[in-house]
Amino acid sequence: MSLFSPTAAVSYFFNYFLMKGVLVTIGLTVAAVVGGLILGMGIALLRMSSNPVLAGAARFYIWFFRGTPLLIQLVVIYSGLPQLGIKFSVITCALVGLILNEAAYLAEIVRSGFMAVSAGQREAAWALSLSPWVTFRRVTLPQAFRLMIPPLGNSINSLLKATSLASVISVEELMRRSDMLMQEHFQILEVYAAATAYYLILTSVWDAVQRRLEKHFGRSSAAKTRRVAASAPVAQASVEARA
Amino acid sequence: MSERSMARAEGATVQPQLREVPAVRMEAVYKHYGDFTALNEVDLKVAKGEKIVVCGPSGSGKSTLIRCINHIEKHDEGLIYVNGVELDHQRKNIDAVRRDTGMVFQSFNLFPHMTVLENCTLAPMTANGMSEAEAKDLAMHFLTKVRIPDQAEKFPGQLSGGQQQRVAIARALCMRPKIMLFDEPTSALDPEMVKEVLETMKKLAEEGMTMLCVTHEMGFAREVADRIVFMNEGRVVEQAAPEEFFKHPKSERARTFLDQIIH
Repeated sequence: MSLFSPTAAVSYFFNYFLMKGVLVTIGLTVAAVVGGLILGMGIALLRMSSNPVLAGAARFYIWFFRGTPLLIQLVVIYSGLPQLGIKFSVITCALVGLILNEAAYLAEIVRSGFMAVSAGQREAAWALSLSPWVTFRRVTLPQAFRLMIPPLGNSINSLLKATSLASVISVEELMRRSDMLMQEHFQILEVYAAATAYYLILTSVWDAVQRRLEKHFGRSSAAKTRRVAASAPVAQASVEARA
Repeated sequence: MSERSMARAEGATVQPQLREVPAVRMEAVYKHYGDFTALNEVDLKVAKGEKIVVCGPSGSGKSTLIRCINHIEKHDEGLIYVNGVELDHQRKNIDAVRRDTGMVFQSFNLFPHMTVLENCTLAPMTANGMSEAEAKDLAMHFLTKVRIPDQAEKFPGQLSGGQQQRVAIARALCMRPKIMLFDEPTSALDPEMVKEVLETMKKLAEEGMTMLCVTHEMGFAREVADRIVFMNEGRVVEQAAPEEFFKHPKSERARTFLDQIIH
């Protein structure tokens, strides 16, 4: 028996059973990001509200979900809640756990983004008679969102890998299916090499998406560089003309 | 008839005795930040078309004074009327007052993620329901007036401080305010940019705009102001025509202030 069989690793990479696990991982991540962002945005708004009860409730939520391991949260939802008569399907349990947990982190990211938009921006909007909705939608949100992208990217990267914890409650995502293949064939390194490659691919794809988002939403701050870049071809052309 | 409308009706019988409703009327206005009293029993009346320069040492309440006029700061006590509308913390009255007033800030506060043109068209389109074409025409009209129509497609970050402040003036004018409030409009500018902004403000003054301006530019005050309002420790200490104020300041505090800033 060889130490490591590259051909076996490649065959696991193209294993249909494992690929379906990858799709589940992607699905869990996307659903948790969308759900987490919506819930997180709501919690951030509560946290920033001037009502001390609402702000306190949001603080408690963030404190609780950031202060306990996701693994415990998932196990409690999956195995603990049925004791109280609350039962969900496996996939729902995973989603509920991931969304509740992710929302706590995203709420803080959303809040930090809004807090970083200077008070002067809101004052200018008031002075111009903009409605609260227009102020939010056109003035503060776009600026806050631009600031949120780097930490958001970080959090989503973590989430993508954290979905592997759902394997513990028997969701058949990438990690769980790797375990199952491993137990069947005992080619530990080969199976996990394939799984590792998939995680790296997924995080790399997300990196690329994040870079594009940063570029798109950073257009005003990038404007200066663009102006320099725009004049560069002219300089180049004159060099060519001389040559 | 409610108590409020009774009060209005009474007011209406008094008003005709005045020649005109003043642009701004403040009566015994107080503003506190915790233990600190930013405005201490301020009375001020500004007639339509009048140009007021507010000056005084830092922390004297100048900025707070003009920020209370469009309710960016809430006053705690006293009465403020803007073009006859009482600023009583009711949403509709605040909206009415803000529509009548334009404000220019020390730090410009342009929206950095929008072009110059978008900065100018946002409020006319969303708050006044103007079409995009109308709003653009309006914006170009005022950008031409502040002499930067060629920068319309640029982002604020690509402009100099002086240009940004002129855009901010154009943006405020696009809402066709009756009163312009300037909160130290040249304090954040490099010295060589100050003049272009002051020239723009002078032009506005010549056209008859009612202006309240917090500034340390005493040359501008001498030339443009109808009246100087000198503040100290939250109070209006004295007000006088520029000539009078600079030559014969009445209070000791104003004398030392002028000694400090006029070299």
